[in-house]
Amino acid sequence: MFSAELLIAQNIGFFIIAAVMVVGALRVVTTSNVVHAALWLVVVLAGAAAQYILLAAEFVAVTQVLVYIGAVMVLFLFGTMLTRARIGAESDLNNKNWFVGLGVALALLVAMLIALRDGFGAEKLPADDPLVSTQTLSDQIFGPYLLPFWALSFVLLAAVIGAIVLARRD
Amino acid sequence: MMYNFAIDPLLTGKVLWTPLLIVLLKVVVVFAVGLVATMLMVWFERKVIAGMQNRIGPNKAGPFGILQTLADGIKLFFKEDLIPERSDRFVFKLAPYLAFVPAFLTFAIIPLGGDFRGDNDGLVTWFGQQTRVQLADPPIGILFALAISSIAIYGIMLAGWSSGSKYPLLGSVRASAQMVSYEAALGLSVAAVVLVSGTLSTSGIVARQSSLGNWNVIVTGIVPFFIFMIAATAELNRPPFDLVEAEQELVGGFNTEYASLRFALFYLAEFMNTVTMSALIVTLFFGGPQPISVGSLTVDIPIIGNAFEGTIWLLLKVLVFLYIYVWFRATLPRFRYDQLMDLGWKVLIPASLGWFILLAAQRVGQDAGWDRYVVTIATVLILLVCYSLLALAQRTSENERKRDGVMF
Repeated sequence: MFSAELLIAQNIGFFIIAAVMVVGALRVVTTSNVVHAALWLVVVLAGAAAQYILLAAEFVAVTQVLVYIGAVMVLFLFGTMLTRARIGAESDLNNKNWFVGLGVALALLVAMLIALRDGFGAEKLPADDPLVSTQTLSDQIFGPYLLPFWALSFVLLAAVIGAIVLARRD
Repeated sequence: MMYNFAIDPLLTGKVLWTPLLIVLLKVVVVFAVGLVATMLMVWFERKVIAGMQNRIGPNKAGPFGILQTLADGIKLFFKEDLIPERSDRFVFKLAPYLAFVPAFLTFAIIPLGGDFRGDNDGLVTWFGQQTRVQLADPPIGILFALAISSIAIYGIMLAGWSSGSKYPLLGSVRASAQMVSYEAALGLSVAAVVLVSGTLSTSGIVARQSSLGNWNVIVTGIVPFFIFMIAATAELNRPPFDLVEAEQELVGGFNTEYASLRFALFYLAEFMNTVTMSALIVTLFFGGPQPISVGSLTVDIPIIGNAFEGTIWLLLKVLVFLYIYVWFRATLPRFRYDQLMDLGWKVLIPASLGWFILLAAQRVGQDAGWDRYVVTIATVLILLVCYSLLALAQRTSENERKRDGVMF
């Protein structure tokens, strides 16, 4: 990776977007305003979508925008606005146990790195591989991966029902 | 099959100067067309509403007052730029652009013309290069439109929050709840169109609607069109769903604290969205730039070339929907908030989901060679059972709420 291939336009794009994402992710946890933190998170998620586009996975990119930026973050902001979103800095935003989170984050990072390394190792995508179209993607999801997909939707359904049961009495 | 991932036939292979210049030209033209269309839309709406209310409407600036928007724009441009003291300054400045830019982005994927007759597939040849009369034609075109419309919420939501004032905050909270609720119905009715077209690309969807009987409004059985129309009106925050800026309750809604150019951007975005949404309806359900044709009979506009004729057809069809939107505004009273939510969640989402399942069942039946009527009747029966279960659940929860004395 760190050879003459480094100066390919996609690589330059990747590093610029990655830098923006890292800065955004740091600001999510350091900013002193809830809404600003949410907006920085939007920057990180949009950066992920941009990375997918660089990988020519536009369906995944648009889904990322639709689901995370368009739905999850909107609901998140909606919730904070209804309850406690003040303008200006808030002093009590940091939990005093935040360093525990740091340890968890590091552990997760290591776990993911090991999983990626074990799963793919030095494998490379063949250069003349036809890019994945929306159709092949859906064939995969609703073909060999149908059962995990169903399981996932049942987990989500259970979460939704749980939320309703917790929030409403009727 | 070759996988073609370029968003335009121009951009396959090596990138040369001519294609690049054509793309730049298209960007400029689409932007200019968008701006002029918005300007005329504002005038059109004021004039038509005036006509419906027995008034004259704008008639001073230019012939028939057609330059009124331009005059208003210049006025707003020179007004004092106000930023409330208790606002979040950066977000306050950012919000108008977050509303304005998505409004223009959707316009990029709408086929604005081209000849879709026969085997032409909407391609035109400009300066020796094959291209489409459309800024971009990504394979995921219609999903892009949905994604952009979900991003458009941010402008309104952040405008309300960053103003640091109660009425705008209430307006933007209403707006985001409303837009999130109706997005599901919007997406499900688009899914019905995608199901019958078999493609996500907008030009592909247009190409499949070659004659009147093939228009998606008929192929999908009119219900998705009505749902899309209602949900789109709610997404646009236009009457009868304009609770976001209900003057009697919220002063001006999310844009109360905005003035001068920033207000102009919101105003422009609102009307631009109306134009884009009408064009999207025409693209999805009414054949876009396709001429009206029944069987082998095609209504042909003489003299003008077929590619440009597409633009005229699109314009005519879009005008019909713009008129309908103005008509809504002039005649329909505003919904109450609980009515709005009931309509969205209890009527539109189940209806669009049920209709989508019905279409999908028919498709499966067709592939498997089952009898069409049996499949339809069986699906309708199953859906009816599901709906009565849903209605039962709603009844029970309503009764329990009444018993507990909860009002909402």
